[in-house]
Amino acid sequence: MSDLHTVNKSPLEKNALDSCLRFATAGSSILLIEDGVYAAVKGTAVEGAIRGALGKHKVYALGPDLKARGMKDDRVIDGVKLVDYAGFVDLVETHGKVQAWL
Amino acid sequence: MSEIKNFLYLNRRAPYGTIYAWESLEVVLIGAAFDQKVSLLFADDGVYQLVKGQDTPGIQMKNFSATYRTLGDYGVRYMYVDRKSLQDRGLTEDDLMQVAWEDMESDDAVDNIVEVIDSAKAAEVLAGADVVFSF
Repeated sequence: MSDLHTVNKSPLEKNALDSCLRFATAGSSILLIEDGVYAAVKGTAVEGAIRGALGKHKVYALGPDLKARGMKDDRVIDGVKLVDYAGFVDLVETHGKVQAWL
Repeated sequence: MSEIKNFLYLNRRAPYGTIYAWESLEVVLIGAAFDQKVSLLFADDGVYQLVKGQDTPGIQMKNFSATYRTLGDYGVRYMYVDRKSLQDRGLTEDDLMQVAWEDMESDDAVDNIVEVIDSAKAAEVLAGADVVFSF
């Protein structure tokens, strides 16, 4: 089973997302949570990095974290899938280990 | 009472992921009791603090964004937002909440004290402050 990478830091403040994308093997999945969800929003300086990642990974973002930050669903980059907390648990169950990029 | 100083609160962190934004707001409210000239500058991820439509029950945290809208009533006269920080995040002025200000004594009023500024103006605001509180 492929691994699940979680990123919980803002991509515009920390390099957690950069490192995740650099080291995550093709086929593994990436879940954006907490301040990491800003990476899922269209029009940011890291949109290109996420679009590039979509060719090699499934990319998910935690819906409640986006909603808390005032980011509506229609601002999310096409191809990034939204999950709720139950979906988060499902992802953990259906992947190998969980690797957190803090 | 000693002379009035220009207090500037510099906010550079996103809300919710860390405690910085909330702590800054608490300190602004405490400082408001001291009759100083208070301005806020939002830059980098700090601009996310002012995004409207924040809705937090899903993450079981207090939605403190409504408090920003009351700051005009607490003596905050200027809320500056760095334009480049907005652009880097795919945001525009329309994504930000508005904050009204009114002076009870002179009846002066401003509909919206949230002002998007360029880097040069931000530098001027920082240089012109007597004290900068960083969050």
